[in-house]
Amino acid sequence: MSLMSWIDERFPATKVWNEHLAQYYAPKNFNSWYFFGSLAMLVLVNQILTGVWLAMAYKPDANLAFASVEYIMRDMDYGWLIRYMHSTGASAFFIVVYLHMFRGLMYGSYRKPRELLWIIGLVIYLAMMATAFFGYLLPWGQMSYWGAQVIVNLFSAVPFIGDDLSLWIRGDYVISDATLNRFFALHFLLPFILAALVFIHIVALHKVGSNNPDGIEIKKGPKGNRWSDTAPADGIPFHPYYSVKDIFGVGMFLIFFAAVIFFIPDMHGLFLEAPNFEPANPLKTPPHIAPVWYFTPFYAMLRAVPPMFNSQFPGVIVMFASILIMFFLPWLDRSPVKSIRYKGPLFKIALAIFAVTFIVLAYLGMHPATPTKTMLARIFTGVYFAFFLLMPLYSKIDKTKPVPERVTK
Amino acid sequence: MSSEGVDLKKRRFLTTATAVVGAVGAGFVAVPFIKNWNPSERAKAAGAPEEADISALEPGGLLRVKWRGKVCWVVHRTEQNLKDLPTLDDMLSDPTSEVPNQPEYCKNPTRSIKPEYLVAIGICTHLGCSPTYRPDIAPADLGDYWKGGFFCPCHGSRFDLAARVFKGSPAPTNLHIPPHKYLSDDVILIGVDPEGKA
Repeated sequence: MSLMSWIDERFPATKVWNEHLAQYYAPKNFNSWYFFGSLAMLVLVNQILTGVWLAMAYKPDANLAFASVEYIMRDMDYGWLIRYMHSTGASAFFIVVYLHMFRGLMYGSYRKPRELLWIIGLVIYLAMMATAFFGYLLPWGQMSYWGAQVIVNLFSAVPFIGDDLSLWIRGDYVISDATLNRFFALHFLLPFILAALVFIHIVALHKVGSNNPDGIEIKKGPKGNRWSDTAPADGIPFHPYYSVKDIFGVGMFLIFFAAVIFFIPDMHGLFLEAPNFEPANPLKTPPHIAPVWYFTPFYAMLRAVPPMFNSQFPGVIVMFASILIMFFLPWLDRSPVKSIRYKGPLFKIALAIFAVTFIVLAYLGMHPATPTKTMLARIFTGVYFAFFLLMPLYSKIDKTKPVPERVTK
Repeated sequence: MSSEGVDLKKRRFLTTATAVVGAVGAGFVAVPFIKNWNPSERAKAAGAPEEADISALEPGGLLRVKWRGKVCWVVHRTEQNLKDLPTLDDMLSDPTSEVPNQPEYCKNPTRSIKPEYLVAIGICTHLGCSPTYRPDIAPADLGDYWKGGFFCPCHGSRFDLAARVFKGSPAPTNLHIPPHKYLSDDVILIGVDPEGKA
């Protein structure tokens, strides 16, 4: 104990431990939806650890990249495992983050006073998408190459500066060695920025406290529990209660994660696309180009917008708007209650339609555009935006239920 | 710290001046980092004009040449192809090539210097995929009106044999025609105008 007090006089170890774990009181009614935040952190650690190991053998050179990935897969001890942990981890990251975000939508975790918490979370999401995009070029397969070609060309649709902008991003007239090398550097850098953003996300969370499935502010409720007279009555210490609960969640998650890594690492073309097992060929486009599944809802919206004024910039705007609109969510929801438990039928139906829309758009974005599919994509793009833009209306006129004083089971 | 006798106005001015000078300095420091991302001299040199030998190109054939890392097509159009071109005008977005995606000397019905040879950049103006050469007439998947052309597998854009885009395609404009000139009857130099300017 004397060692601990020696440290505490020089570094606030015990203070931080107590403030953020042992005496950090979280609402006692968390359900399984609350696993995904800590799981996202676990996957981030997995990505950084496996990523650093892959970087030890990977060659960010257009002539060597594809072969170096095959070398990792075939010739290095457990290279296949580390690579599959990384590629499966990328998809797992998006799965847990999408579920984490959906939890926020259900229980109103974006509402006052958690607006900044939500916005920081969206910045993390954007950083994740950038990281995933840079990373997907690195295997230098056909889909890597042509996917990057399509996405970088989005920037050339920007009026006036577009061509120079995409040239600047690529560092060459086409996706080339220069592009690959800088994407590798950025792919290595961004996870550390991501880790810093996660830290900021948690600082913001611990300032306002967690929301809960009832959407009740436990800090505003009665005080006094088994551990403290001043702590919220509906709070329990994060450690050991939620640390143990999260470890259980980790166990469940790892069962699924390991099953995918060992038995279906390519997820039948969803996590690793078939054309990517062929080296990049700048002179031959694969017959069908689709981004990885986590980008396809946005890709479907991009394709849904027809060119206007001899430019496909409107589609690009719609795609970016579909993400930017999420930043305004805290101010679009005018319901007097936070949680879906006390919201009325209108919000429940809207959220259900939104979830279906997101999945349908994801499906449409994976498949070649046909007139029927393009029409469907247009309709569902409309529905996607209607969920946000009509929210001030339907959340306000919706019939809500009274919110109890204390959290429920 | 006592604030007695402090000239707050002067302090504020000095603070602001320091911040502004610092920001300008940061702006200058950013320039090399941003410019560093531009294509290097090596990349620009690799973008030098490229020769295409068309002596062995049969009518109906297509030759792929790499210029600035992009695929360039040289298509030897048949008599029939050239006759078919004007019949498609109604179905095209920009039959007379009003959008300046070609050098001035190729703003003509065949979008070429010599009618039988089309030189075009094989990169779709939609999102940069490379369309497939489909010289077959009226194939089942493309429809009865198809007189040969290019079909982009990514998003279904269609172009005729003068690389003009069909209405209803996701691609907003005709394909680009690179600057090019004939060094002789058999050799085309891609990347240079006939007058010689690059």
